Amino acid sequence: MLTAPAHYDLSVQGQRLRVTARGVWTIETAASINDALERDYGAVTYDSVDYHLDGVEDMDTAGAYLLTKAMRVGDDIKDWQLVGGTPAQKTLLSVAADAQMGEPPMEPRQWYDILDRLGRATLRFWDELYATLAFVGQFFVMFFGVLLNPRRLRVKSIVALMEEIGLDAAPIVAMLSFAIGAVIAYMGANLLGALGFSVFMVDLVGVAMLRELAVVITAILIAGRSASAFTAQIGAMKMRQEIDAMTVMGLDTFETLVIPRAIACLLTVPILTFLAMMSGILGGLIVAWATPTQISPALFFSRLQETVDLQHFWVGMVKAPFFALVIAVVGCRQGLAVSGSVDSLGSRVTTSVVQAIFAVILIDAMFAVLFYQLGV
Amino acid sequence: MKPVESADTSPIEATGILTQFGTNVIHKDLDFAITRGEIAGLVGGSGSGKSVLMNTLLGLKVPEAGEIRYFGKRRSDLDPVEEMRLKNEMGVLFQGGALFSSLTVRQNIMVPMIEHLDMSKALMCELADMKIHMVGLPPESAVLYPSDLSGGMKKRAGLARSLALDPQILFLDEPTAGLDPIGAHAFDTLILSLRDALDLTVLMVTHDLDSLYAICDRVAVLVDKRIAVYDRLDVVEQYDHAWVKEYFGGPRSRAALSTPGQKVATKQKGATPRGATAGH
Repeated sequence: MLTAPAHYDLSVQGQRLRVTARGVWTIETAASINDALERDYGAVTYDSVDYHLDGVEDMDTAGAYLLTKAMRVGDDIKDWQLVGGTPAQKTLLSVAADAQMGEPPMEPRQWYDILDRLGRATLRFWDELYATLAFVGQFFVMFFGVLLNPRRLRVKSIVALMEEIGLDAAPIVAMLSFAIGAVIAYMGANLLGALGFSVFMVDLVGVAMLRELAVVITAILIAGRSASAFTAQIGAMKMRQEIDAMTVMGLDTFETLVIPRAIACLLTVPILTFLAMMSGILGGLIVAWATPTQISPALFFSRLQETVDLQHFWVGMVKAPFFALVIAVVGCRQGLAVSGSVDSLGSRVTTSVVQAIFAVILIDAMFAVLFYQLGV
Repeated sequence: MKPVESADTSPIEATGILTQFGTNVIHKDLDFAITRGEIAGLVGGSGSGKSVLMNTLLGLKVPEAGEIRYFGKRRSDLDPVEEMRLKNEMGVLFQGGALFSSLTVRQNIMVPMIEHLDMSKALMCELADMKIHMVGLPPESAVLYPSDLSGGMKKRAGLARSLALDPQILFLDEPTAGLDPIGAHAFDTLILSLRDALDLTVLMVTHDLDSLYAICDRVAVLVDKRIAVYDRLDVVEQYDHAWVKEYFGGPRSRAALSTPGQKVATKQKGATPRGATAGH
């Protein structure tokens, strides 16, 4: 199809420019002649343009546009006529001649743009902080309102969400903490074994899993898995105006969407944490047994009972509901903040995961300080 | 404006199409051929498979049986270069415009150019601006994002993007759905004028009876899993089928029909695109 490329001749007679074109003037050939054509148009002076297009085999709007560049010098459009050619070509030429150009795209201004973005990011940070705090306040008011009036609890949706958040996540939580328990045990076997205290690895696995790792791993996994899902679900509902529809029908979005998710998280995250603790210790137990340290399961358990206090378990467990609430609140808040565009959905999901994980680790650090001061 | 020898071969000819999802048969023994340069309307009840048929003709869905010929050639016979060229000959306006929301209108129109052509950004910008003008959008809209546009403007911008590579065949999915009557009429006029200026073949899926009466040369009716009739409107109206009778005999149809001057007026007004004065 791409047989004859575009050719042209320009000649000036008096004040008239004669443009003779031959060949294929389509968008495929346009790029090859644009520069030369522009230069040649610039080199001559004339008042009006005559087009001779008898030799043109094929022309589309791009080709017509190139030809009409002859008449657009500066802002004004010169007179033109089609001396040789078909009516269809004339229509195309007049369409192209008529086109007005929009504003040129904005040139990037390097320093200005950097400062501009920095300023916007700072403002956004404060807005975000304020909105999150406002959301948390609203959340607690609604949450206790619902707890005081249990008829407003949506049990069905809570159960369904518990399956989604808890049951579906159980295998991955168990597997991950099993692996982490095993890793800790290996580390203990290596380091403590060199000192001849390899039996202390039981203490290490027990305290680390119960106190910190099980609950943090669970929370981070649920933050990645469910906070993103909450944001995406609620965000998509917002984009498709389902939230508006609910509001109009008198359904409270907090009561129907946010509270069930928060309660489902509150109920499942502690259970998942318990599961993570158990499988983490199991991982440690198997490694302790299989490595040259040869700590038998019976010895492992008796050692665990002797040295690892029950309070470590409670220190881990007490953090779970806090993490659960933070994950649910962040996920739902970001979902409700989605605006109409696809971009905002993507960035809100990202923000939700990042904020949830950030908050989990920050709260964990705060608890560590608190427990240290309390001496537990 | 393309080589003359393709003038009498149908741009798209489908024969014996069978489409099914699982056991659910959508089309059976469906034959359909569009004539070059005409505006063909496609009507059918909800769920009759109009959009599926459009997707099949576009090549987005492979039919279970039957064949589709584009300009006389089967798609499977084309080599990759020819297939790419064929794709560039087809432009689609999806129902919601399907504009990329992270790009400005101008960038949206430049997307197919950047993908398929080797030309300078400046020239692409100029060509994109020309398309923006052709579909009747103001020049300022070039730098706007789709979220800043009204429904009608989005459709126009979507149309500009579908015209980016000067396709020969234009598919329109419910082009006037969601537009007010004035906007819908203006859009009809625009399509008619673009067809005349650019020598397009247009297939439009529509429920808008006003559009059907105003701009369609022929109308295809999709009932009973096939194209039952494909002819001029006055012939289609007389076709003996319960659904067709109800569709064209209903109160809305009679209302659309009772403004007979519309078609003529549209034709005259729409001989050239907006502002394209023929008096040079």
